[in-house]
Amino acid sequence: MHSTSLRQALRAPRYLLGVWPWRSAAYLLSGALVGAATLVSLLLLAVVGGALAVVVVGLPLLLMLALAGIPLAALERRRLRLVDPVVLPDPHRDPDGTGPAAWVRVRLKEPNTWRELGYALLCAFVFWPLEAVALGTVAGVCGGLLAAPVVMATAGGGEEVRVLKVWLADSYPQVFAAALTGALLLPVLAYPLGLVAAGRAALTRRLLSPRYDAAAESRIQELGRSRIRLVDAFEAERRRIERDLHDGAQQRLVALSMALGLARLENPGEPLRGLLARAHDEADTALVEIRELIRGIHPQVLTDRGLREAVEDIADRSTVPVDVRFDLPGRLPEPVETAAYFAVSEALANVAKHSGAARAEVRGRIADGALVVEVTDDGSGGADLAAGSGLQGVADRLSVLDGRLLVVSPPGGPTVFRVRVPCPPGVAPAPGAVPAPGPVVGPVVGPVVGTRA
Amino acid sequence: MVRVVLAEDSVLLRDGLVGLLERFGLRVVAGAGTADELIAAVAEHRPDIVVTDVRMPPGFSDEGLRAALELRERQPGLPVLVLSQYVQRAYAEELLDSSDGTGVGYLLKERIGHVEEFVDAVRRVAEGATVVDPEVVRQLLRHRRDPLSRLTPREQDVLALMAEGRSNSAVAGALHVSEGTVSKHFGSILTKLDLSVTDATNRRVLAVLAYLRGA
Repeated sequence: MHSTSLRQALRAPRYLLGVWPWRSAAYLLSGALVGAATLVSLLLLAVVGGALAVVVVGLPLLLMLALAGIPLAALERRRLRLVDPVVLPDPHRDPDGTGPAAWVRVRLKEPNTWRELGYALLCAFVFWPLEAVALGTVAGVCGGLLAAPVVMATAGGGEEVRVLKVWLADSYPQVFAAALTGALLLPVLAYPLGLVAAGRAALTRRLLSPRYDAAAESRIQELGRSRIRLVDAFEAERRRIERDLHDGAQQRLVALSMALGLARLENPGEPLRGLLARAHDEADTALVEIRELIRGIHPQVLTDRGLREAVEDIADRSTVPVDVRFDLPGRLPEPVETAAYFAVSEALANVAKHSGAARAEVRGRIADGALVVEVTDDGSGGADLAAGSGLQGVADRLSVLDGRLLVVSPPGGPTVFRVRVPCPPGVAPAPGAVPAPGPVVGPVVGPVVGTRA
Repeated sequence: MVRVVLAEDSVLLRDGLVGLLERFGLRVVAGAGTADELIAAVAEHRPDIVVTDVRMPPGFSDEGLRAALELRERQPGLPVLVLSQYVQRAYAEELLDSSDGTGVGYLLKERIGHVEEFVDAVRRVAEGATVVDPEVVRQLLRHRRDPLSRLTPREQDVLALMAEGRSNSAVAGALHVSEGTVSKHFGSILTKLDLSVTDATNRRVLAVLAYLRGA
């Protein structure tokens, strides 16, 4: 069985034969390098920033110093994967707006930023020397012993060599014994090395994990689960209503319309002719209305073809021309598709109603394990997340899936409406899903059909 | 006599359709309630045309459409008229992309109510014409607004009717104008859309659709 983390690997009998000793060494080596680089960067920022602060230009450098923990922590979370596959989540919030200023404002207010700065200081002043010592000792001792015969043959002129600068060896059997000891010592020392690496990893995890209170956490989890159940139930109900309308009322109306159509062929005299014509018109109107109603409840194309085609369908109906560009690997999990669909639907409805835009664009892609869909328009801006109940509904719906809605709409425009829904890679597509026909990206008016004409 | 295989899972509607088609002299040789039955019925009866619903058992998704595409793959040129409860450009395009796009129809189910026009559409598809629901055309029109803004509302009506695969005289009848007027509108449409004038109605429809879809 393959071990999935260093801690498990250390207990397994095959530890020495696997990659884990190497991973431990790589983890400690990269830790030492990163720590040293951090030390240099922090000192430079502090010294130069402090010196220039008097003439104001140093202030941005000091701000960078304050935020220095953030990139380091991000790197450390990635580096941790060398010895521990469990992903350490990023504790930072999404910024409230676009642009660097909004990002800095949010970051400075977060306690995590300051904890990460503390971690950076620990790395710079405490951890990396220890890592360097641990790695240096193992490499120095084993390397020194293993190299003894070579050193004797070259530098020692075949006469003598001071092994590890301690023992004087003056014959080949002695230096080969030293080399053998080195070879035997290497696997022995691989254990403490692994332990040090595992300890360092555990410390990183502890220091960089988001803080929480277990009781509150379990309550929150239960609340989250019950919200998911509610949304699922709500979605199932929508589907049921859609199916009932479709298989019941709509079919009966078609049959009624057909009967009225046939009745009109019988050439009835007035006033029956006029009455039948009116009844037929009413049936037609009812059919149009029920068709639109069903589509609003849950569009069949979303189930059949997925997000891209469903969004293209909304774009087709929009009074404002909309370009659609999706770059998706295939079908996404059903709740993700549904939430994104209704979000885009609401966004485009707002574009049509309020923005005064001449064009809009929908772009969708997978980035960092999340579906990101952006709706932009060239309208007059001024959309307010708090004002529209529709937008609030979208935000609520997304939050159930740990998704986020961001609306940036300065007066004068442009408006950017961004939806981000976590969407783990490699998730099995929804049941009955048809794989999307490749990563086709294109404007909404699809490819030219060719020369059929 | 046109021999029809009809796939529709609602018994109410299927019986109604059989009655309707037979009243107009078409013969429904088999009725199917599922996509599999449809494929088997076509293999057995070799009909002149297949009329099928999109949403069919067992999955109640787009099985009917899939079956239609499969049938056309096996037997290119087999006329297929798909009845849909929704206006779906994607479905219409898939049909048009099957074999050479002739002998296909995509109509909203509610068009059945206009019985004569519906039966006419069935006949035309059986003869190899292409029929696309005016609603789909209208959606496409909306998106080709810039060049199409040059078309007058009357010309847009003519274009939508034309996409249904109608002849000039049928369009004239529907709009209560003379055939000459329709020809005049046609010429003007084709000029405005930079399409060459050909005489086959079907080719004309396809040219316009290709143009609308992004040429």
